[in-house]
Parts: sequence; C-alpha cells; structure tokens
Amino acid sequence: MSQANLSKNQKPELLNVENRRKLTWVLFLLPALLVYLVFMAGPLFDSLRLSLYTGKGYSPTEFVGLQNYIDLFTVPLWREKFFNAIINTCIFFAIHMTIQNSLGLLFANLLASDFKGRNFFRTLIFTPTTLSVLVVGFLWTLILNPNWGAVNQILTGVGLKQFALPWLGRENLALPVIALTSVWQWIGMPTVMFLAGLTGISEELIEAASIDGASEWEIFWKIKFPLIQPVIGIIAILTFVDNFNAFDVIYAMAGAKGEPAYSADLLATLFYRTGIAGEHPTGIPNMGMGATIATITFLILMSGVLVWLYFSRRNADEK
Amino acid sequence: MLRPKFNRIFTYTVLSIWTLIVLFPLWTLIINSFKPQNEIFASPFGFPKDFTLDGYIEVWNAGHFGRYFANSLIVTILSLGLILFIGSMAAYALAKWKSPISNFLYIFFIAGLMIPIRLGTIDLMRLIIALNLQNTIWSLIPVYVAMGMPIATFVLTAFIKELPNEMFDAAKVDGASEWQVYSKVVLPLMRPALATVAIFNMIKIWNDFWFPLVFIRQESARTVALGVSLLFGQYHTDWTRALAVLSLAAIPLLILYILLAREFIKGLTAGAIKG
Repeated sequence: MSQANLSKNQKPELLNVENRRKLTWVLFLLPALLVYLVFMAGPLFDSLRLSLYTGKGYSPTEFVGLQNYIDLFTVPLWREKFFNAIINTCIFFAIHMTIQNSLGLLFANLLASDFKGRNFFRTLIFTPTTLSVLVVGFLWTLILNPNWGAVNQILTGVGLKQFALPWLGRENLALPVIALTSVWQWIGMPTVMFLAGLTGISEELIEAASIDGASEWEIFWKIKFPLIQPVIGIIAILTFVDNFNAFDVIYAMAGAKGEPAYSADLLATLFYRTGIAGEHPTGIPNMGMGATIATITFLILMSGVLVWLYFSRRNADEK
Repeated sequence: MLRPKFNRIFTYTVLSIWTLIVLFPLWTLIINSFKPQNEIFASPFGFPKDFTLDGYIEVWNAGHFGRYFANSLIVTILSLGLILFIGSMAAYALAKWKSPISNFLYIFFIAGLMIPIRLGTIDLMRLIIALNLQNTIWSLIPVYVAMGMPIATFVLTAFIKELPNEMFDAAKVDGASEWQVYSKVVLPLMRPALATVAIFNMIKIWNDFWFPLVFIRQESARTVALGVSLLFGQYHTDWTRALAVLSLAAIPLLILYILLAREFIKGLTAGAIKG
C-alpha cells in the first residue's frame, strides 16, 4: 500500500522533470528560431504567396493567380528579358564552375605539397576574397577602361595591340570579362576547400603509390581525385547557389541594367529592377512580378540542390 | 631525380604568374591613388613622382567616411555577437536534445544554407518598413543575424556532437544545469568552431551591399559598401578621388587580413573539413 502511494506521488513529479527539460531545450532554441523564422523563412515563403498578386507600390493586393507566371513566359517584353537573364546567369555560372573550380583545384594541389613560400602563396590567393565585391568590381572597371587601359597598355606593350579591346563595352565580351573578374576574386574559396580535402588524404597512401612508380599525374587522378569527390560536390553546389544569385559585381561593372544592351543582365539584376527599384523611367516597382522572378530562381536552386543531394546520397551508398 | 625538380619549377611558375595577376590590380589601385590625374594616365605603373594626398583628404571630408566605418563596425560586431550567442545556444540544443522536433529543426535551419535570403527581399523590405526601421542601421542587424543562422547551427552542431559525452555527464553529476553546462563547459571548448563561424559571417556582413542598397537612403546610416558605391558614382571621372575611395574601403581589410591570415585560413579550413 505504501508503495502504491509512493508511485502515485512520484508520477506527476517525473512528468514535471521531463517537461522542464523540454522547456529548457525550447528556450535554448527560441531566440535563433524566432529571428530565423521572422527574418528569413517567413519572407522567403511569403514571396511565394506574393507572386500570385499584382499591384503597384508596396502592397500588391489584387489576387491574379498564376497570371504573373503566364505573363513572364508569354508576353514578349517580359519573356525576352527573362530568358536573356536566365541564359546569361547560366553562362556566368558555367565560367565559374569550369575556370574557377579547375584553377582552384590546380592551386590546391600545388599548395598541398611542402615547399618554400607556401604560406605566402596561400595567403595571397585568398586575399581578393576578403575584399568587397563592389570594390573589386569598380577597381577592374577602372583598370579595363579603354581610355586609361592599364590592361590595354600592357597588351600593346607586349605586341598584342589587336587584343586591346573595350572589354566592358562590347555585348559579347562584357559578361565573360565580368565573370572572370569574379573568378579572380573568389578563387580563394575553392582553393581553401580543396586544400582542406587534399591535406586530409593520408601521406602513406601517396607514398606507397609513388614507391610503386606512379607518376604525380597518376597519383592525382587515381588516388586524390576520387577521394576528394565529396568536396567537389560541395564546391559545385556552393558555386551554383552563389552564382545564380550574383548581383554586386554586375551592379558595379555593368550597372543595374547589365549593360551594354542587357548583355550582362542576370536573374538578380532583373529581380532588383523589377521588384525593388522599379524599371526606368517610372521607378515604380512591380512587386508581384519581382516575387515571381524570385520564386522561379528559388525553384531553379531547389532543383539543383535536390539533384546534388540525390547524387551525393547515391555515391555515399555505393561506398 | 629530374621529376621532383620539374614539379618544383612548375609549382613556382604557376603560382608566380597568379601572384602577378592578384597583385597587379591592387598595386595599380594603391599606387595611383597618390598621383594627380594626368600622371595616372601618363604612367600608370610607376611610383608617384608628384605625390599627393588630395584624393584622400577630399574624399574623407566630402564622404563622411568616418561615419560609414562606424556604421559598418557597429552592424558587423553586433550581428556577429548575436549570431555566435544565439547560434551556439541553438546548436547546443540541436546536438543534445534527442527528439524528432530537434531533428526537424536542424534540417529546417541548414536548409537555409542553400537558399539565399535575398530572394525574400521584397517581403523583408515590407517588414522593415512596417517596423519603421528603414534608413537606419538597425534594419540590417536582424537580417544578418537570420542570414547567419544556417552556417552557425551547421558548423556548431557538428562540433558539439563530436565532443566526448563524458564531459557533459561529469558536469551533470555535479548538479550543473543545462545553462551552466552550456556557458561553463561548451562555450569555452567551442572557440575554434566559433572562430570559423565568425570569419565566414564577417566577410559576408562587412562586404554586403545588397541590403544597405535596398533599406538605406539616408547619408548618416550608410555602410562602407553603400558609401563607396555612391561616392564612386560621384567621382568616376576624377580618378585620383575614385581610387582614393576604393583604397579607403580596401586598405583596412587588407591590413586586417594580412595580420590575421594564418588564423583566417586555419579557421576556414577547419570549417571546410567539418562540412
């Protein structure tokens, strides 16, 4: 009888302890969750909703269903700008993916070995990454300026006068040149990440292979490359997300309209002009359409991330 | 015997070429900001013959650069402090609370790694206007803190999960509350991971141009990035001043980076390995 009494008295208290533990954890999570919900997740999801509305100014109130999407894909004025921006964004991304990441891998591979001056080079390669994108963009605009032409003076000096071009003034040149500027700045990121992956590979493995007579080239492709595949995946997806969202460097070097003649217009600059600043000359933002462009960018990013998750899962399962 | 020698030559050649490519623009920037306009055009690569500080003096006076730096510093320091504090608290709960809720929240937080906050800008703008924070530096801080949550929870949760369990048990046996375990045991141990999170976010926040561009019109609330863009637009035909504007924005960061480069790269590499 006394035992029954005891357990009766204990039970509510036990629950209490359990609840209090839960409450403690919730309190630990609450500040982060609140800020994240209110200032990130909420606005992102509300953008999806907003893309179904239209109206000028700061509160689009008229519900139009999918009309914004239909307009974006069928009205020639919108469609032209939108597909131009998508294609340009893909080119911008592709230049980073190929040139930035393969150069980064090359640099990381060189920097992973031990030699005099290694720390200097490591520091140096990452230096531009710490600068503001805007500052880098403006700086290169001055350097590439055909009137001054620091670059063009050098080209003329070494006898390549025919290559002294108005780099940012030609429709077929501006976008690749801006992308290369961005590569110049960001190459430190993949380099550092590849370096972390490469230094994680055991020395013995490489030594054993080199005793067996494998060349440096073979060691790289047959041992190192397969081992850093997860890092390659992460770098690929980060490059994708960052560049499908690039804005600052275009704004600095080609303006909000991606000049000349929209040849450097990306999804982010189109989004900025449509939904935030408003197109010249009216300057009134079309927030519903802006949210539509944001939503489509969001869907493109999500599908990229899902593809990456699928392949990285499959690779992990195979191992 | 020949091969290692060839490798070495290849390494030095490639890295030296890249060194020139990195240093050439920075050299051109700094050296020309001390020259008058005509000398910039006449000899863009040599040391200044006609040394002048005019660009800097004028830009500093006209542009309220002191104000911009103060604003950027306040925003960056407060945002970083909050990110580290509430991010590490959340990470502790995410790592130690075994429940479906915490698993779900973990995924919810790190999903933000892949989705740029900028896509929600239109709603953020409406929110900031509703809170009456537009045109103040306070509009930036909550957005940056939210933006920092995914990377903070991702790196810190992974770090706490790898700490040995005995450490927590010992503290609990001594009767410590979760708060005491967090503040006395976990926080001090977490310093390297906190440094990684701080470095990642510092570069992003200090250099962010997008949110100041969208939220801030007022002169007194401009950050360095926004101030640079407006001043550069104003001076783009006066190269001495334009280059002085860019140098003023770039040099403090370059010095900071060169002083801390070792810790910087170590912190980034540690974060990358964890990821």
